Amino acid sequence: MPVLDMTLARDTKKFCFLTSSVGRKLIMAITGFAFIGFITGHMIGNLTAYLSIVERATGKIPGTAMNEYAHFLKDVGHGYGIWGVRAGLLGLVLLHGWAALTTTLDSWAARPKGYRKYDRKSATWASRLMRCTAIFLALFVIYHLLHLTVGLPYLHCAENPIVVDATGGSVDVFRNFVNGFKDPLASGIYIVANLCLGLHIWHGIWSFSQTLGLSHPRYDKLRRYVATLWAMAIVGVNISFPIAVQLNILWY
Amino acid sequence: MSEQILNLTLQVWRQKDAQDKGRFETYQANNISTEMSFLEMLDVVNEDLIHKGLEPITMDHDCREGICGTCGMVINGRPHGPRERTTTCQLHMRSFKDGDTITIEPFRARAFPVIKDLMVDRSAFERIIAAGGYISAPTGSAQDANALPIPKTCADLAMDAAACIGCGACVAACPNASAMLFLSAKVSQLGLLPQGQPERLTRVRDMIAQLDAEHFGTCTNFAECEAVCPKSVKLEHIARMNRDFFKSGILHRPPHTSAGGV
Ligand code: HEM
Ligand code: FES
Repeated sequence: MPVLDMTLARDTKKFCFLTSSVGRKLIMAITGFAFIGFITGHMIGNLTAYLSIVERATGKIPGTAMNEYAHFLKDVGHGYGIWGVRAGLLGLVLLHGWAALTTTLDSWAARPKGYRKYDRKSATWASRLMRCTAIFLALFVIYHLLHLTVGLPYLHCAENPIVVDATGGSVDVFRNFVNGFKDPLASGIYIVANLCLGLHIWHGIWSFSQTLGLSHPRYDKLRRYVATLWAMAIVGVNISFPIAVQLNILWY
Repeated sequence: MSEQILNLTLQVWRQKDAQDKGRFETYQANNISTEMSFLEMLDVVNEDLIHKGLEPITMDHDCREGICGTCGMVINGRPHGPRERTTTCQLHMRSFKDGDTITIEPFRARAFPVIKDLMVDRSAFERIIAAGGYISAPTGSAQDANALPIPKTCADLAMDAAACIGCGACVAACPNASAMLFLSAKVSQLGLLPQGQPERLTRVRDMIAQLDAEHFGTCTNFAECEAVCPKSVKLEHIARMNRDFFKSGILHRPPHTSAGGV
């Protein structure tokens, strides 16, 4: 029997589409795309904070729109909706993290001995930093939840308390939002985290479209522009919140 | 450009066999003409080594005209050296300056174990092709040229993919040691033509199964492969392969599920 036949992994019954290398890439791309959708919605929702300026000018209580929006999220589906979304997001994080971790380990194992000289030409900084930004994002997600959803006492100062109810939702979202960013350290963490997010999704948007096969010379340039604009919009708006609180543009 | 003479310092990876730990050795390459190819420069160094009774540097090469894909080494951190769209054998010494130090290493990947010095075992590529990179329909003798209508763009794209010479530079350049550019060229050259359609989905599945069994890394779309490919194989082919693979995940049936079915 020729050597080739003996070594072929032709046992396609054992082959699993989703756990193959490309299958895990597809999982990472689809879950990453879902994250980007969520984060875009999250960013747009938070824009209601700026309506407080209009509300103050028109004599309403500042933060009404943001609180109404927050209560809508909490009550949707008789209060089960938010838990459904939370479960979904947790599932996405686990899938994305599992695919990221296992493919990364596979890639490291694929080159046991490196080069003395290694001259890279094409890889962008964003793509090279994907694994670093990923770790920072994972830590940040935990911090963010403890900070504004759980309202962990250690994470904010006594004069700017964050008050939440038993189901992990804030009572006065706008007040918590402003109090949270009054702490310069917290603001700094959010700004750095969002810069990491920007790098991650700048490569991510370009990368998931390639992984899902959306590549064509006709619109490849456009893909880069879309990635740049989308990432900049999300990061720009998100970073503006802590800055606006620090500059007293948003207050109650 | 007129001919010039170069004196160079080489730092070359030397490794007796697969078990040897290996190390870098420094050699002087003197009186090298700018008109020589990189391999000819190494021939001169090797002659020198043989005269001194030392073991010459082992390297892979065959056609020396950029079409067979046998040559390949990492020159100053880039597979096939500094020139774009150029194999090592087609790289000329005029790409270097007098007094340069040149670091020469083998392609590094778990799937490409070093056999000796700069020669690596790339039979993983052969096994990937053997797993599905062919058509099995009997095609008979040559038909009339236009019996099968094929759009010119498809023919051209298939030809671009078929330009892949399987040298392995894409794997060597990839920070993940992934072989997606190679694989996608081999999938696309058939997938773009009518003859490749019957086995299109099983092909991509079988070839990726073999790819994984060979322990290549996983693509993260760095695009380093495209930058070093001596034949300009494009990332677009990887996207096409991903599309086919996605389809295969939805449409694939295990073989022999029903009599006569595919
Ligand atoms: C929980 C923390 C996270 C971890 C551990 C993580 C990890 C990773 C890793 C390691 C990669 C592959 C890197 C590469 O291609 O070089 C990746 C890709 C990606 N990530 Fe994340 N990530 C996280 C959060 C996020 C978030 C919040 C988003 C979106 C807003 C996101 C969107 C993406 C996208 C779109 C890709 C590209 C998928 C592809 O290449 O097809 N990730 N992630
Ligand atoms: S020796 Fe054939 S391509 Fe270089």
